[in-house]
Amino acid sequence: MSTLVLAEHDNADLKDATLATITAATQLGGDVHVLVAGAGCGSVAEAAAKVAGVAKVLVADDAAYGAALPENLAPLIAGLMAGYDAFVAPATSRGKNVAPRVAAALDVAQISEILSVEGPDTFTRPIYAGNAIATVKSSDAKKVITVRGTAFAKAATSGGSASVEAVSGAGSAGTSSFVGAELTKSARPELTAAKIIVSGGRALGSSDKFHEFIDPLADKLGAAVGASRAAVDAGYAPNDYQVGQTGKIVAPELYVAVGISGAIQHLAGMKDSKIIVAINKDEEAPIFQVADVGLVGDLFTLVPELTGKL
Amino acid sequence: MKVLVPVKRVVDYNVKVRVKSDNTGVELANIKMSMNPFDEIAVEEAIRLKEKGIATEVVVVSVGVQQCTETLRTALAMGADRGILILTDVTTESLAVAKVLAGIVAEEAPGLVILGKQAIDDDANQTGQMLAGLLGWAQGTFASKVDPQGETVNVTREIDGGLETVALKMPAIVTTDLRLNEPRYASLPNIMKAKSKPIANKTPADYGVDMTPRLTTLKVTEPAKRQAGIKVKSVDELVAKLKEMGAVA
Repeated sequence: MSTLVLAEHDNADLKDATLATITAATQLGGDVHVLVAGAGCGSVAEAAAKVAGVAKVLVADDAAYGAALPENLAPLIAGLMAGYDAFVAPATSRGKNVAPRVAAALDVAQISEILSVEGPDTFTRPIYAGNAIATVKSSDAKKVITVRGTAFAKAATSGGSASVEAVSGAGSAGTSSFVGAELTKSARPELTAAKIIVSGGRALGSSDKFHEFIDPLADKLGAAVGASRAAVDAGYAPNDYQVGQTGKIVAPELYVAVGISGAIQHLAGMKDSKIIVAINKDEEAPIFQVADVGLVGDLFTLVPELTGKL
Repeated sequence: MKVLVPVKRVVDYNVKVRVKSDNTGVELANIKMSMNPFDEIAVEEAIRLKEKGIATEVVVVSVGVQQCTETLRTALAMGADRGILILTDVTTESLAVAKVLAGIVAEEAPGLVILGKQAIDDDANQTGQMLAGLLGWAQGTFASKVDPQGETVNVTREIDGGLETVALKMPAIVTTDLRLNEPRYASLPNIMKAKSKPIANKTPADYGVDMTPRLTTLKVTEPAKRQAGIKVKSVDELVAKLKEMGAVA
């Protein structure tokens, strides 16, 4: 039994999502190898080789893999899979983009966003926005799996001494090209990796108010900023701030929900947080049913007061 | 250019699903079913491409039980031109559905296939990518903007760090994210008109596809419930409580 893990990275740094994925892969039993596919991604391969539990790092360094285009990556991975029993990717936007394409090439069903490994072919995963948890058993000879990062501990970034081996694939499939990206620039921690998150909802009322009230509290706490779907849809916050069923799944130590009513779809994305604090003027809001500490009142007076007193 | 839009019949977005007491699945008896919300966005996008004169025909397809006809009628009432029902009682897994869709693509030769990024029942987020893989086509998943320009389509995608744009050679696959558009409601005259639009009936066997599931669901359980905590009366109390819990220094 051996498992190939897809590394999540930006050609410079190995992302935390990879570490939880490596932990899940380790639980399958057998050797864990990590594929670093990118362009000029040598530093990522070095970082991956140091991760505890990794036996080997495969590096596919090619301009065609720089932007992680799935048309180019999937054939590379499917080719490498001849030597592996399982392919495991983080359930990030990149992992979700490429893994099903690999599964199709291998003619196997994918098991999406697993929460636990119950055995070499049995896993739990959320369905219906996390309102139910299914235990599924795969009958395929090879497994293709994506991993929910918040459900597994992160593998240690030191202690490993994996060998690094260069691999190559067919390169560009010639069907797609990367045009550009508008990445949200922020000095704050990354949402899925943050220990504390302050999230704002529709009650903020405008983009200006969102930043005026949420940002200082987040900065005071050293927190990442999140948002409900309603706030993102209304244009108060960019799409990558969205926490919920179709946005990011987070599980920080502390989650502060400000002016968020707590739709099922939002709760699905944050209910595994260790401590949840809710500030909302509606005392009947569903967010209070999951909050450890609730404060009913006007966020426009309470949030600045809280920022001041922390 | 023809646009193909697969649609799935799922438990309505507003229904609070309950796990069956015998843990074999979720309660589906007498539950309101609707079109998967992401698929509504896909249908809307296809219709808009037709209204702009870019698409010539919008074909909708659904794989599943007989009642999927209702889902197809909803899409036809929104403005799609015709429907295809692939009748099967077997649990539909993404891979098998993608194989059926690949067969339909071979017949219909669409320039774009637009799908919802995931269905809100099994939350798999696979079918579009698998179809693209089977066909060897380019894919633009989690789309917030779709801009066909001659032989290519530029797709702006919602990704973890923000947005990215890719240029795809057509024919291509697009999967929709929430902010691509706001689907229209079907008007009463259009609902009436949809009743006379054609729906072809086929089966997976017509495309040589074996629907046998690869995954067996051993059990379905309720997620761990969170207990509601306490309510505090003031910011001072909140700060004190957070310190007590060790959440803040």
